[in-house]
This record gives sequence, structure tokens and C-alpha cells, in this order.
Amino acid sequence: MAKRVSLSGNEAVAFGMKQINPDVVAAFPITPSTEVPQYFSQFVANGEVDTEFVAVESEHSAMSACIGAAAAGGRVMTATASAGLALMWEMLYVGASMRLPMVLAVTNRALSGPINIHNDHSDTMGARDSGWIQLYGESAQEAYDNLIQAIRIGEHKDVQLPVMVCYDGFITSHAVENLEMLDDEEVKKFVGVKREAPFALIGQDPVSMGPLDLPNHYFEHKRLQAEAMKNAKKVILEIAAEYEKLTGRKYGFFEEYKMEDAEAAIVVINSTAGTAKFVVDNLRAQGKKVGLIKIRVFRPFPAEELAEALKNVKAVAVMDKADSFSAAGGPLFAEVRSAMYGRADGKIVTNYIYGLGGRDVTTTQIEKVYADLFNAIETGKYEVYNYLGVRE
Amino acid sequence: MNNRKMNITPNTTWKETTPGGVILDAGNAEDFKTGDWRAMRPVWHEDKCKHCLLCWVVCPDNSILVEDGKIKGFDYDHCKGCGVCTKQCKFGALDFVPEE
Ligand code: SF4
Ligand code: SF4
Repeated sequence: MAKRVSLSGNEAVAFGMKQINPDVVAAFPITPSTEVPQYFSQFVANGEVDTEFVAVESEHSAMSACIGAAAAGGRVMTATASAGLALMWEMLYVGASMRLPMVLAVTNRALSGPINIHNDHSDTMGARDSGWIQLYGESAQEAYDNLIQAIRIGEHKDVQLPVMVCYDGFITSHAVENLEMLDDEEVKKFVGVKREAPFALIGQDPVSMGPLDLPNHYFEHKRLQAEAMKNAKKVILEIAAEYEKLTGRKYGFFEEYKMEDAEAAIVVINSTAGTAKFVVDNLRAQGKKVGLIKIRVFRPFPAEELAEALKNVKAVAVMDKADSFSAAGGPLFAEVRSAMYGRADGKIVTNYIYGLGGRDVTTTQIEKVYADLFNAIETGKYEVYNYLGVRE
Repeated sequence: MNNRKMNITPNTTWKETTPGGVILDAGNAEDFKTGDWRAMRPVWHEDKCKHCLLCWVVCPDNSILVEDGKIKGFDYDHCKGCGVCTKQCKFGALDFVPEE
């Protein structure tokens, strides 16, 4: 039977890892992710898990040790944030291209510089093309649920890719929320006791991995990797359906909130969705047709499904908690607008960069975004690229 | 070569290749003709050879063929033309010449 608990996001993730009981965890502390390896190392010290905990000297080493353990056939997990993720960069690509399922819990934090320990999405948005599946969660509950599902998604035979489980630093990682946890036995049954690795460095049929791959073969291997990401779409939905049967909690590529007849919508990732839903409820009470889409799966990107969900709106504002410095909008905006092209044409699509470096996002600001959208619908006049909450 | 689990060739498509370039077979370097990018070639003069086998000892690519303690010739499919063997030979039995 599932139990109600009050935990911070980091605690929920650490307890989830304990229930998963992976073979290896190699991790290095970094704010605001530190608690995850800290709590987990206590479980190891207390003999509550069978995991080999590798205390490494950097995040590059953490990811390297995880890759080695996954290449040996193990079920592997780790956690990091911000500069820690940046230091893993080289190895993120290696892990994904070696087709090694691993689960990395990322507490989203701004990248330096200037140095800042608070939440935005510049870390994982930067890693969006590393070949990792990326799941995002609004709350401790979603971080926990995504973590459990991530094991199954990554290890699926048609996928074999590593998965990032992302949730907002401090806002979600450190705030205590009520959530429902599965029983240890239920988790064990859901994820299975052992990873079934199709290839491994050790065991019955040892193989060689990570060879030098010259122009004659590299392209084919990358094409095969891309196919795994395509396959992940189907698998993510299958695992979500199975998880829903177990928990009653429904997951998809994204959550649609009051979208049925919405004329103005915003697309957002992670905890700001909570603030925005409050605004949607208030505006709905005033009779305004507003809705919200919260992205859960950013890689693979659900382009067709998202365009379908937006096909009846008149205007949509895409919210980016990271700037890509492209001088042409943030990363989520680029994806959403590109997804709509040819599928949901003729819409007003705008972009708001917001909340950088942990700047508070208020309901007033979100109200302004909806007001801007309605103004754009009425007058046809609007700015495409906007900064929300910066001092002008 | 015939007992390989996977026979990867220059024509292998992305659907046929292994994920991440995993190599299923041990010892498959045999299939890869590293000799085809050789610029210089060692040439063995059997009449001057004392079969001391010192060239065989130093060859990094195991490309000097020995049978019953005697040099038999060179495996030019894998000899990369480094010339280490020709420096080693003290009996003038190994020349080092440009590839044609
Ligand atoms: S080093 Fe010279 S003499 Fe000795 S085995 Fe080789 S070729 Fe013959
Ligand atoms: S040239 Fe180099 S690779 Fe070729 S036989 Fe001599 S030592 Fe071996």
C-alpha cells in the first residue's frame, strides 16, 4: 500500500533511490543537489541498500564511474546540479552514445557566471543535445514518480539510453511537500531487481565498448542512437500507463491544464507551473479562456503532440527559465515554435525569459503574460521576445 | 573471421550495426587491415638473416611471422611500417623502402 509522507524533493529522490536499490551510485556533492548523495550514503552506511557508493573527486569522475559501472552491466544512479552537470559534459555524451541506461537526478540550478546557487534551467537546457532523455517535474511527487519510471524507460530494450530527472533547485529540492510513496516491494516489482543489460564488459559474453569510431561507422552509430530516442516516445507512454495502474497518477509527455477551450496558453517547465495554475484558476473565475501546458518530457521532444494540443489556441507564450543567447529566443521557445510550424500555423507565439538565477516569479508577472497575450489577440501588436521580471 | 558473431564491413547499415559500436568479438583486429596505410615497408633478405628473432620481439603489431623458431616472412596486412624491426636488425637482413 502506498503511504503519505512529507518530504523535500531531495528526500523524495533519495528515498526513491533507496527503494530502487541500484548496484552503483557514484556522486559528488553540489548545492542544491548535495542532500541526495548525502542521504543516500547514509542508507549505504546503515546497510539499508546493497549499493556500492563511490565517493569520487569531481562530477567528471562521478559520471565516468557511472559509465564504467553501467558498461559492466550495473544499474547506476547519480545526482548533480549546475556546474556539476557542466563538469560531466564530456561524459554525458559518452554515456548516451555508449547506450548506457543510467539515471541522473538534476536539481536545476543556474550556471555560472556570475556564480549563483539558485534555480533556473540553464544547466539541463545546455545538456539538451547530449543524447539523454530529459524528464521534468513540478513537485517532489513528480520528481519521485519520474525517478521510478526513469529506470524502466532507460533500460527498455528499444531505448537503452540514460535519463535525467530534473526538478527545481531549492523550490522543489528543499521545500517539504506531502506526497505519496510506493511500498518498497511495489517499487522492487516495478523496476525489477536487476538491470538486464544486452551487452556488458563482464559476465557470460563480455564485449568491448567505446571504440574509436572513424568516418566509416560513426554516422551509422549516431543514426542508431537517434532511433533509440524516437523509440523512447512510445516507451515513455507505456511505462506511464503501467505506473498509472499502480499509483493512479497519470503521466504523459506534458500536462494540459484547462486547455479544452483555451484561447491564450502558456507553455512552461517545472515549479513555475504551480504558480501559473493558480493564475489560470483566477483568470478562469473571471471568465477568461486561459490554459497551460507543462512540459514533462523535453527529450525526446513531443513535437506533434504539442502542436495538436495547441491547435485551437489563438496565442501562446513560451516560458524559458534559461536564455540560450541565440538572440532569437530561449530553448523551449525554439522547440515549441518549430513544432507548431506546418502543424498549428497562424498562431501568435511569444517568448518570455524569466526567473534567471532564482529570481522570484510572481502571480502578477504570470497575469501580465496572459494580459499581453489577450492584447496581442485584440490588437495584433506584440513583442516576440520578452524578458519577464528583469529591472528595466 | 568466419566464426564472428557480427561481421561489420564498410557497407554495414545503421540498422545492422551494434549500439554505440559495441564490439562483440574478441580478437577482431585481425579483420582490420591496418597495413593499408603503410608508407614504408620492411623488406627481409633471407640469405642474411641469422634468425635471432630480435625483430620479432620488437614488432608492436605482431607482424613478423615465425615458425619453428625461424622467420618465415611478414604479415603485410597488419605491418604498419613503423620500421622498428629494421632498426633492430644488426645483420643487414632488413631494408626499409618506400611503398610503391
Ligand atoms: S633481427 Fe634481422 S637477423 Fe634477426 S631475425 Fe630479424 S631479420 Fe633476421
Ligand atoms: S615495420 Fe613495424 S609493424 Fe612492420 S614488421 Fe617491422 S616492426 Fe612490425
